[in-house]
Amino acid sequence: MRTEALLAAVLLAVVACAPQRLPAAEEAGAAKLGADWESWRAGTNVADLASVQRGARNFTSYCLGCHSLKYERWSRLGADLKIPAQLLEQDLVPHGAKPTDYILTSMPDADAVAWFGRSAPDLSLAARAHGRDYVYQYLKTFYVDPTRQTGANNLRDVGSPMPDVLSELSGLKAAVFRDVTSNVGGRVTHEQVFDHFEPLAPGRLSAAEFDGFVRDTVNFLDYVSEPTQLERRQLGVWVVLFLLVFTWLAWLVNREYWKDVH
Amino acid sequence: MADHAGVAGGDEVDLSRRKFLTRATIATGAVGAVFAAIPFIESWSPSERARAAGLPVTLDLSKVDAGQMTITVWRRSPIYVVRRTPDMVARIAGHDGELKDPESDHSDQPSYAKNPLRSRTAEFLVLVGTCTHLGCLPKQRFAAGELYPSWPGGFFCPCHGSRFDLAGRVFEGSPASINLRVPPYSYPQEHLLLIGADEKGAG
Amino acid sequence: MTVKTATGAAAPLPKTGAAGKQGFRAWLNKRLPVDQFLATQVTEYYAPKNFNFWYYFGSLAGVVLVLQLVTGIYLAMFYKPGEATAFDSVQFIMREIDWGWLIRYLHSSGASFFFIVVYLHMFRAFLYGSYKPPRELLWLLGMAVYLALMAEAFMGYVLPWGNMSFWGAQVIINLFGTIPGIGPDLVLWIRGDYGIADATLNRFFSLHVAAVPLALLGLVALHLVALHEVGSNNPDGIEIKEKVGADGHPLDGIPFHPYYTVKDCVGIGVFLVLLAITVFFVPTVGGLFLEAPNWEPANPMSTPEHIAPVWYFTPYYAILRAVPDQRMGALLMLLALMAFLFVPWLDRSPVRSMRYRGWMSRSALAVFAVSFIALGYLGLQPAEGLYVVLARIFAGLYFAFFILMPLYTSLERVKPVPERVVYRAH
Repeated sequence: MRTEALLAAVLLAVVACAPQRLPAAEEAGAAKLGADWESWRAGTNVADLASVQRGARNFTSYCLGCHSLKYERWSRLGADLKIPAQLLEQDLVPHGAKPTDYILTSMPDADAVAWFGRSAPDLSLAARAHGRDYVYQYLKTFYVDPTRQTGANNLRDVGSPMPDVLSELSGLKAAVFRDVTSNVGGRVTHEQVFDHFEPLAPGRLSAAEFDGFVRDTVNFLDYVSEPTQLERRQLGVWVVLFLLVFTWLAWLVNREYWKDVH
Repeated sequence: MADHAGVAGGDEVDLSRRKFLTRATIATGAVGAVFAAIPFIESWSPSERARAAGLPVTLDLSKVDAGQMTITVWRRSPIYVVRRTPDMVARIAGHDGELKDPESDHSDQPSYAKNPLRSRTAEFLVLVGTCTHLGCLPKQRFAAGELYPSWPGGFFCPCHGSRFDLAGRVFEGSPASINLRVPPYSYPQEHLLLIGADEKGAG
Repeated sequence: MTVKTATGAAAPLPKTGAAGKQGFRAWLNKRLPVDQFLATQVTEYYAPKNFNFWYYFGSLAGVVLVLQLVTGIYLAMFYKPGEATAFDSVQFIMREIDWGWLIRYLHSSGASFFFIVVYLHMFRAFLYGSYKPPRELLWLLGMAVYLALMAEAFMGYVLPWGNMSFWGAQVIINLFGTIPGIGPDLVLWIRGDYGIADATLNRFFSLHVAAVPLALLGLVALHLVALHEVGSNNPDGIEIKEKVGADGHPLDGIPFHPYYTVKDCVGIGVFLVLLAITVFFVPTVGGLFLEAPNWEPANPMSTPEHIAPVWYFTPYYAILRAVPDQRMGALLMLLALMAFLFVPWLDRSPVRSMRYRGWMSRSALAVFAVSFIALGYLGLQPAEGLYVVLARIFAGLYFAFFILMPLYTSLERVKPVPERVVYRAH
């Protein structure tokens, strides 16, 4: 129900605004919003527990409606993110599910296929399969596109069937393209290349707040893609130190024995 | 072994230093090997999935009729829950001499089940439905005289003939040597049985 | 009761239990040649004393083999082969089996380290002519190990049933389709289905877990027997058995134990440090050891943007793609592998070690090494533009190394080979 409401909101916003394919604007000297989107980096750190916790809250509020995390259990989430059991069961674990259940979306597959043409992919490994920077860029490059059923399109994943579910937070923006003509071996081709974003309507969060929102969410997805990564790095320090000590001792023994050889 | 290349001038071969270093290295290597073995050994522990499936289970006792037994599963074992009638409770007494372990001194049960009734309350009996001989499921034979004239009622294991009374205590002459096991259990609410957890926490 | 010998005298019986452990040792050795084996293979096996850095990789290969066997056996306890279960079972291992993540990363890193070690091990043979008579069979057995290892690694990579597992299998198996006449039928037979499917996965599981490891163990055993039969080569390429001392042992030899057992411990220590750094800090090595598309389940309807095999296959993959014709490319790739087999007979140099060869051999080897690495890099890139041109150039240089070998090894002027090995006490 919630996704349909969001869809309606987006479509309404599109209808309310003017046609979005604006001609290339002359922005002499002014920084063009989003022109450098391909160089955006998530810059997240899984060790930042507070950030991952916020990301978990973001996920359950905005993503769980369609996306599952089918390899992660609620109880694992609670233990790793240090969420008190009571809070976990009351606020996070869906009614009727056990804390040891896997984190599944409530949206039935059939509905997803009917509304969006495919079921929303499970996101347990999204941060590993695509990389954190990809996910970060993806969530930040949605723009209004009235030619599409969802009313939105995306720069990172052009033609993405996902609607801009975060638009209430980020606000709406249009993408401005410029015409690029290239001459390759006598053949002239025209291309529409992304130039910059034009903000259309503000969201509930400021640009900085939304950026923090996205980073937290990406950080959470990073954690979910490999819950053991912090433990792995911490243990690694001890293992490498131990092995260095062993190698040093072996080297001393070696030098001692090879005194025999002339 | 130090003889092979001879000790012609140069470094003096310090045998004690050699021995010490070798032992230190071997000891370190042994410690490393033990630590390296731990992940492999611990990987055999029950997985997260097994632990989740092994959590305590609940049973609605109002669904169990008087004199009836219901079977549920906890940690892959059958759990017998018997609602004993007052008559069945009475038939638990009077044959202690025929039992191998009437006081349950050698048997396996939580402290609240170490009594002639082998349960928290007289009405309900909770047992692990696995014969303590070789693991078959004993069958219910609750009626008096069902097996032989002096049979007080209880369980009969068809595999090798072990017999247990209405408190799960084993009779002399049975191949089994201890009484049927009692799992940890508790009553969080009236009419609700929680198998696998008691005052000590989840089993 | 007394036992009599043929002459009727009383024969002495072995002491039973009198000296405890000594008695047991005697009992054992009468039935199994333990002491004799240890003596001839380890404590009285003489190896040249001038082994250097390049001689660590044989024992390291053995260590990695053991690592892969142990971690592989444990993974097989939890992994579930099958289209519907494989991918999930790997996540199950990573998340829900205690230490599953560590066992998995050890196995995936171990596979790559196996090839690093093996390539360095093979390079040593080129440096010092370790394939020249009487070690031709040793070299061929080693090549057999290498080929078995490639098969093992390829099948192992399919098992997680990620998207790269699927498409990598698709591409490699389709290569067999280029064989004239029987190609398409062969591909169908290998796959066991009309596309890469459950049947393919299950048979690869059996081969990867049982058949090929057994073959590998057998080949490695033969490799070691062949080595001990002729004795190790060394950086100077001299046969140490030709100069024997009064005690019957080579003058330039030292017993393998304790000198090389102890030295190899240092090598193993360094190796384990590198392995631990990889496993605990960078297990994917930026997508080189564990490729990104493999974190998504196999999807027959969606090919990853860049299909590339794992890095250790990419030199051959680059050669395959260098040729615009599918059949010729596959043939050339096969020839690139088979070329190694002929080296003992292509190499006409009167001298074993690069130390005493002329500038032609040294340059040729340097160019070959650079080409192999360059081809490896190019195999990871998309096959377009400059990359294609470079791949063709380096493929040409690669083959030139083998084809011209009889020429430059016999034409060049070599340096005089010393009588005794060059060794500096340390």
